[in-house]
Amino acid sequence: MSDPTRQLVENLNALATGLFLLTAFGIVAMRQARGCLHLFIAQSLLLAISAALLGLRFDSGHLYGVALVNLISKPIIVPWLLRRTAPAEIYTRREIDQVLNIPNALAIALALAIAAYFLGTALADALPPEYRGPNVPIGIAGLLLGAFTLTVRREAMPLLIGLLAMENGAFLAGISIARDLSMLVELAIATDGLIIVFIVGVLVRAVERHVGTTAVGELASLKEVPATQVEREAAP
Amino acid sequence: MNAIAILFPPLIAAALCAIPFKKSWAPGVTVLSCLVVLVLASNMAWRLATGGSVMVSAGPGWSDWVAVDGLSALILLLIALVATTAAIYSVGYMAHGTPAPRELRLYHLNYNLFIFSMLAIPLLAEPTLVWIVVELTTLCSALLVSFENTREALEAAWKYVVLSLMGAGFALFGFLVLFAAMHAASAGAYTWAGLIEAGPGMSALLTRTAFLLILIGLGTKVGLVPMHTWLPDAHSQAPSPVCALLSGVETTTILYVILRLFPVMQAVPGAHAETWALVLGLISVGTAAFLLLQVSDYKRLFAFSTVEHMGIILTAVGLGAAAHDGAMQQIVSHSVTKSFCFFAAGATLLGVGTREIAAVRGLIRIAPAAGAALLLGGLAITGAPPLAVFLSEFAILKAGLAQGAYVATSLLAVFIVIAFFGVLMHLNRMVFGAPRDAAPAHARADARSESGVRLPFTCALALIIAAVPMLVLGVYVPQPLHELLKQAAAALGR
Repeated sequence: MSDPTRQLVENLNALATGLFLLTAFGIVAMRQARGCLHLFIAQSLLLAISAALLGLRFDSGHLYGVALVNLISKPIIVPWLLRRTAPAEIYTRREIDQVLNIPNALAIALALAIAAYFLGTALADALPPEYRGPNVPIGIAGLLLGAFTLTVRREAMPLLIGLLAMENGAFLAGISIARDLSMLVELAIATDGLIIVFIVGVLVRAVERHVGTTAVGELASLKEVPATQVEREAAP
Repeated sequence: MNAIAILFPPLIAAALCAIPFKKSWAPGVTVLSCLVVLVLASNMAWRLATGGSVMVSAGPGWSDWVAVDGLSALILLLIALVATTAAIYSVGYMAHGTPAPRELRLYHLNYNLFIFSMLAIPLLAEPTLVWIVVELTTLCSALLVSFENTREALEAAWKYVVLSLMGAGFALFGFLVLFAAMHAASAGAYTWAGLIEAGPGMSALLTRTAFLLILIGLGTKVGLVPMHTWLPDAHSQAPSPVCALLSGVETTTILYVILRLFPVMQAVPGAHAETWALVLGLISVGTAAFLLLQVSDYKRLFAFSTVEHMGIILTAVGLGAAAHDGAMQQIVSHSVTKSFCFFAAGATLLGVGTREIAAVRGLIRIAPAAGAALLLGGLAITGAPPLAVFLSEFAILKAGLAQGAYVATSLLAVFIVIAFFGVLMHLNRMVFGAPRDAAPAHARADARSESGVRLPFTCALALIIAAVPMLVLGVYVPQPLHELLKQAAAALGR
């Protein structure tokens, strides 16, 4: 590959990963459940684009395969599975009272992204030069922001998207540092993501039917009650 | 015989359970498949213990990805043993309360898939594939935890899924970093054995980062403090046979994956994997010991005891090679004893109809069999001599003192003693306390309507089978098992 072309491909990849980071921030802050799903689909497409660009850059058929698997499984099969399993209500929910308000959540998310940048650069420096690039720091940021989403959201859909976004983040870093992973493993990981959607969908449906809410994060009746308190309550 | 064969019975049984047939069909198929798995696992363990080897020709391309050594054979044997007793226990236990036939079929379908996913963990040797089956264990057991569909059970299942998968996300990144670290150093296959070989050449920074990510990520699923918050919920709300599986073997099976990294880390300079294990282990034991004191639900009591035991095993691994034998013994004694404890807790639940410690008094008169079993389980799990846990905990403490780790060992001993009193304080009141009139009205009503429930025959049978290794291993470890334990402990070092 000639130098200018390689430069172009690398710049395009930087653009794709940059947009990926934006979608990760969006998932933290987006109130509408349906909007979260759309952001996740956009994020998965960007992941596929980044995999294809890196495939072009390193002439790796395996990365094209990863791009294809992502292109099919996440934007197409995930929404289809959700429609089949989860109650329709989870699309229409709008989260008004998050655990943290949106500016605060975004400020913490920004701090996490900066931490991810330093950690990612340190890790990439320990690897051969061709592994360096925006993928590792932004992948770590995606992972951390996904985990952060899980801690601040309560509605089923943003929580599920947070789980899947963590996996996307790990993968964005993975396509750069673990390029030669077996294709079978990649396929299995993609299938695993679909099973997550299926099981979580079934679980949310059960919660909706038996408890009457899709704000699963608000379920909090199980905790330690000091024994004396129980005895006091038990006394007539 | 090929080692892979052990994965087929649960898969076939899962498919058969889906067929709507007689009411006893799905439970029967499940028990049968677990018995076959037990025979296959014992056969593998026996061959390794008597100096033979296990064939793992998995076909071209697969050959590197499957491997069975002493450690994996030991874990396979424990999974098979607890799966069998829990399947026998399920027959009578799940028939109680007359669930719809469809739900019963789904239960057994999920049960078999869960066993399948657990058996695959020790068999597979490729870390990313292992990560996938670890995810599968969470996903296959989620619907077992939520089986009763109460508000609490659904909450427990939800926390279990979200926190386990969140941990798994970090672990996935850890395994990818580990892959990168290994590939930069060697061209070997990405397997446990390949990692040990490549260890000395791997970048210390990358390997350490990967180890910590995996320790935290999978540690969530093992229930290490401070990532344990979901464990008492899930391990108390699931039906009792499922609790036995979750607490008895699922935790140790995931811990096994973390243990696989220790020989790799020993080659990496400045990795301090042992120190991490020691610190995280002691924090878990200590926190669990104090939390045990204030539980109000007897199934949560045993769940916290699982957190404690995972901490003990990790501490033992951190104490160094001399304590590795004890760590392996503890894995065995924990599995057999904890499954017995949850069977006893299930029998108590059948007898009194409530999970509240405060509502159960004088159990030995209300339901003598359940009361006796609960007390025996409580004594056994906290390490009363001469039972299995006593022997393994004693071995760990002895090795710790011999190593000169006085502070860590005495802390461990103190926490074990606190847990001993914590568990027995609660159980003593439940079993011997005077039956009180002040019990909550609903519990009294339950107790009256349910106390007529005789312990189903299969539940009693499972209790007796589970009690045998728990009692025998305290006084006598058969030679082949001793050999297997030695091989397993050796797998923790280079």
